Amino acid sequence: MIPAAFEYFAPKSLDDALRLVERHGDEAKLLAGGQSLIPLMKLRLSVPRYVVDIGRIRSLRSIREEGGWLVIGALSTHHDVESSEMVRLMAPLLAETASEIGDVQVRNRGTIGGSLSHSDPAADYPAAMLALDAQIVAASSSGTRTIHASEFFLDLMTTQLRPGEILTEVRIPRLPERSGSAYRKLHQPASGFALAGAAVRVSLDEVGKIASAAIGITGVAVRPFRASGAEAMLAGKKPSPKLLADASEKVADGVEPLADIHASAAYRRAAASVYARRALEAALARAEGEKG
Amino acid sequence: MATATKLIGKPIKRKEDPRLVQGIAHYVDDLTLPGMLHLGIVRSPYAHARVRSVDVSKALAAPGVVAVLTAEDVQGAIAPIPCAAQIPDMKPAPRPVLATNEVRFVGEGVAAVVAADRYALRDAMDLVEVDYEPLPAVVDLEKALRKDSPRVHDGLADNAAYHWALEGGDVKKAFKQADRVVKLRMLNQRLIPVAMEPRAVLAQYDRGDNRLTLWSSSQIPHILRTQIAAMLNFPEYGVYVIVPEVGGGFGSKLNVYPEEALACHLAIKLEKPVKWNEGRRENFLSTIHGRGESCDMELAVKRDGTILGMRARVLADLGAYYQLLTPLIPTLTGLMICGCYRIQNLSVEITGVLTNKMATDAYRGAGRPEATYFVERAMDAVAAELKIDPAELRRKNFPKPKDFPYATATGLIYDTANYQGALELALKKSGYKALRRQQAALRKKGRLLGIGLSSYVEICALGPSSAMPAGGWESATIRIEPTGRVRVLTGSSPHGQGEETSFSQIAADMLGVGLDDVIIVHGDTSAVPYGIGTFGSRTLAVGGTAIYRCCEKLRDKLLKIAGHLMQEDPAKLVLRAKQIVSKRDPKKSISFAETVGAAYTAKTLPPGVEPGLEATHFYEPSNFTFPFGTHVAVVEVDRETGEVKLVKYVAVDDCGNLINPLLVEGQVQGGIVQSIGQAMLEEAVYDDQGQLLTGELMDYAIPRAADVPKLETFHTVTPTPVNPMGVKGVGEAGTIGATPALVNAVVDALAPFGVRHLDMPLKRERVWKAIHQAPSESAGRPRRSK
Amino acid sequence: MGVAIHLQVNGKSCQDEVEPRLLLVHYLREHLGLTGTHVGCETSLCGACTVLVDGRAVKSCSMLAVQADGAEITTIEGLTSTPEANGGLHPVQEGFWEKHGLQCGYCTPGMILSAVELLRENPSPSDAQIRRALAGNLCRCTGYQHIIEAVEYAAKKLRARKR
Ligand SMILES: Cc1cc2nc3c(=O)[nH]c(=O)nc-3n(C[C@H](O)[C@H](O)[C@H](O)COP(=O)(O)OP(=O)(O)OC[C@H]3O[C@@H](n4cnc5c(N)ncnc54)[C@H](O)[C@@H]3O)c2cc1C
Ligand code: FES
Ligand code: FES
Repeated sequence: MIPAAFEYFAPKSLDDALRLVERHGDEAKLLAGGQSLIPLMKLRLSVPRYVVDIGRIRSLRSIREEGGWLVIGALSTHHDVESSEMVRLMAPLLAETASEIGDVQVRNRGTIGGSLSHSDPAADYPAAMLALDAQIVAASSSGTRTIHASEFFLDLMTTQLRPGEILTEVRIPRLPERSGSAYRKLHQPASGFALAGAAVRVSLDEVGKIASAAIGITGVAVRPFRASGAEAMLAGKKPSPKLLADASEKVADGVEPLADIHASAAYRRAAASVYARRALEAALARAEGEKG
Repeated sequence: MATATKLIGKPIKRKEDPRLVQGIAHYVDDLTLPGMLHLGIVRSPYAHARVRSVDVSKALAAPGVVAVLTAEDVQGAIAPIPCAAQIPDMKPAPRPVLATNEVRFVGEGVAAVVAADRYALRDAMDLVEVDYEPLPAVVDLEKALRKDSPRVHDGLADNAAYHWALEGGDVKKAFKQADRVVKLRMLNQRLIPVAMEPRAVLAQYDRGDNRLTLWSSSQIPHILRTQIAAMLNFPEYGVYVIVPEVGGGFGSKLNVYPEEALACHLAIKLEKPVKWNEGRRENFLSTIHGRGESCDMELAVKRDGTILGMRARVLADLGAYYQLLTPLIPTLTGLMICGCYRIQNLSVEITGVLTNKMATDAYRGAGRPEATYFVERAMDAVAAELKIDPAELRRKNFPKPKDFPYATATGLIYDTANYQGALELALKKSGYKALRRQQAALRKKGRLLGIGLSSYVEICALGPSSAMPAGGWESATIRIEPTGRVRVLTGSSPHGQGEETSFSQIAADMLGVGLDDVIIVHGDTSAVPYGIGTFGSRTLAVGGTAIYRCCEKLRDKLLKIAGHLMQEDPAKLVLRAKQIVSKRDPKKSISFAETVGAAYTAKTLPPGVEPGLEATHFYEPSNFTFPFGTHVAVVEVDRETGEVKLVKYVAVDDCGNLINPLLVEGQVQGGIVQSIGQAMLEEAVYDDQGQLLTGELMDYAIPRAADVPKLETFHTVTPTPVNPMGVKGVGEAGTIGATPALVNAVVDALAPFGVRHLDMPLKRERVWKAIHQAPSESAGRPRRSK
Repeated sequence: MGVAIHLQVNGKSCQDEVEPRLLLVHYLREHLGLTGTHVGCETSLCGACTVLVDGRAVKSCSMLAVQADGAEITTIEGLTSTPEANGGLHPVQEGFWEKHGLQCGYCTPGMILSAVELLRENPSPSDAQIRRALAGNLCRCTGYQHIIEAVEYAAKKLRARKR
């Protein structure tokens, strides 16, 4: 219940924060909303020597449009994202996903930057990031770089972020016309995390065929992934129940699902298919309604 | 009832709530004393290991640390945890307060660290170095009983703690006459009680008075006092146990724990107040668990559904050591195994099994949910096999209302019941017939609706002392103070059930005063008479009756005094609304205040009447009470994922007369939801090393608000003749009646797949597997029936 | 090595020097003596420790006291002095009393504060919305039904007042 002692910094600017993480390297931990880090510290599964609380860097908590991109600052809370009009308009999938994370209290504190950096294999956001082809921006004292979501998640709780880097924002490209999206999730009953979560974006062409589909899956494997086989089956086809069912069957092809007391590998695989199909159905209905 | 009823029977808002909703009530952890130290327990990470050495030197040197104790330091000073249950030929398995030489479950205490504050304490606990030599762990019940199994306790012949058996009627003949024998093997899984307030203890010693005060989050303040005095060999008159607010117990605080004794021992030794508060993970490991019984049941049946006989063999997972009632709980399963059916030929064998796990003990329902589950599942298996409607099968085997008092083959006397009445009401309220039609229609479309019934009877108001390990009576003292206010001292120890309100209702009505004129005092052993405590749905029926009897005594005395003052025959007087009024001439009256005043000024008392207004009653019940009811659960199973949606829930309970329907409703709702937890979500899962894999709320799911629908609850009222208010008790009904209804519903939903039984919890994957591995259906695709 | 913090708790200004690792819940309970905020777990799951930080429900066991520097905090003890309370109990507290929304009372302060946030955001929540909003608060006693009714009672009362 009680974290080990640490030294605490609360920089007010990104530059100050970058200087601190550079100076303390591996021994420093960034603290954002604390909804993953503090529980770990309380169990002493994480015992940082220095904690750099970036929660006071105002500039990192913003949601804005920039040249057609939706730009979400790393410190935007799940609640900020779920309730933002701009997100609902430009990337409704993200708002829907945010609303499925944890509970009200967690959404009030937890941040998008923290969730992506932490990269829990059962976290919700990563699926949406993949399905939306998001770009993740990381800053370090030597400048910033942009990482495509598909390259960001490396392994169990491991991302492209390097020590000394701070995730500053997430950039979401504009959706094509006639797009629809949906997130469907099977909750782990105790923790509320995803046992299987499917974030889907589909876009239709003028004749109602699927121009492109993107399916991000979380909770199933050590890292979130795009169901590219299923996406390929959908592209260019006229949607039908059979097509959706056949494509969904394939979503976890080629991945090795996780197994634990909450679900076996076989069940995770099956649940991923079912939830992907349900997300596809909902996304298509929305695309057909042109609500996006 | 003798008095004009004003408050009894009404849904009175609770008196305890204003302080609780404002956050100004106090639980143990809210208390702070000057100079207070904090105690922490270093616990074993192994289920079974030899303790080679414990090195406390680094911990002792850490900042803020005051003391570190190991088993050696308390040997001879603190006796093991008491077990009040004795079963013939039971093997000994006493729990030392700190492990000596060997640890026998994950979470067993090895060292006690005391420090100036929580933070320093936490740091120091990591510095205690224990050298363990892991030993093979005993986890699985069947394997535990094999000859070649490792022993939980060296030197015992085997891991069977005891064999308990009971036989009634002629079982052999019943099975010979049977058209069919229906067999079912079932598991009632181990559960973790999860009271929202973990345990907490604060001990203070005053050397001047040689007085030891123990604040504990407990359901049994007096028993705790006696046991602590005995464990520490401290004079009982010097031990003061105080139980402030308790954040839920469900049986988990009906016990005596090492931390209580250790905190007291340390407070004496250090002459400083010592507080211990349990973390949730500790709570999962080292507070008692519940259930953990498996059963092989056979029912001998006639083709028409008549049950002729029953055989049941139960294995009960006791854990590594006995807590207060550990061995007793499974025997309650034995006593109630025939449920609410006329099964006069039966045999039950129970084997208590020692395993390398935390002890099981009384968790809400304590032995009866297991019995009810087993018999109700088996009844559904019979119904399915004979193709008889489950409602019809139950109806057929109920004893009739005129058969009560009804003697069971297990030796109990059921007080009174109308099982048919509750069943019919439940069928009507749930629209049972229509549901069956709907089910058939949905099945044609490939949808899986399931309807489950459970008719239960439970044993409550524990109980006559002859049948209880440590007395089954309850006490009350009532004092009418000179100003006319009424102080009720009860030996019961309510902790959320609301008896401050229901007891006030009883006293106010009986004495003709207002609700706010009454105060209920409980949980302070120096203030209230010796009592047994709150568990076994006994508080109202036994503790409440003690109050009722005290009120009768006081009322008689008041009428005598008033009669003397009014020159009226006391038999012709009644007490009401703070007046004592003549029945013959309602204009003739004297005020309650004046009468009370006369009792204290003692100048105008009738001859032979003592001054003052105080009465004490120790109420000894003549029997248990046996509440009953029928629950109906309606579920829909998602055939693709195995998710179960509870569509509708109808509960009909009969707990006799209702003193406060609001409180009854609260108990029923809460109990059913705990039951939903057992049926759908909860299980203490161990690996084969004896590690608890569901050791925290991240992995052990208890129901949340969104997991449950609105429950529809109804009552039939069959007052018990056992006590004067005709109340039976309702604290555990929900956890007893609901579990089988849910499982029966899910199994019913899966009937098209030939599923006969599924063990709890009905996790999605388990249900999904049952569908997808079913022989009669291919890969779960909807099959259109012709 | 203490860090200076300055915050408002239930309308009162509090200045302190605290260890950075001090959890907000311990600061409230042990430094300020506000023991109405409870602790029911160490994995941020039970919600017994819920308080309002700048008006939003937060689990105070999952926040450091230093993170609350500059914040405005409302604990259960402060609800009666909010404008909604009108000098008496807050309508949510009243609802819990009226509708038997509590038994042991341990989860209650957290439940009430979560409900207060909900009703500030959504004055007329549906049954399902209330259940969802309380997902972060566990209750082992009530079975939730009466809690839902308590929140509905409060919603109605607050709406009537606004009219
Ligand atoms: C009860 C509970 C239930 C939950 N349920 C869910 C759920 O259903 N779905 C889900 O997805 N999540 C869930 N979460 C996790 C939650 O979403 C966390 O908020 C999120 O994972 C972390 O965000 P944070 O801002 O709190 O990060 P912190 O806890 O502050 O940090 C997490 C990690 O990320 C690092 N970090 C933080 N910000 C940055 C940054 N900008 N740049 C680089 N590194 C950074 C930190 O150093 C740390 O290692 C739950 C949490 C709890 C407590
Ligand atoms: S104490 Fe359980 S969530 Fe904070
Ligand atoms: S009232 Fe006891 S936990 Fe909610």
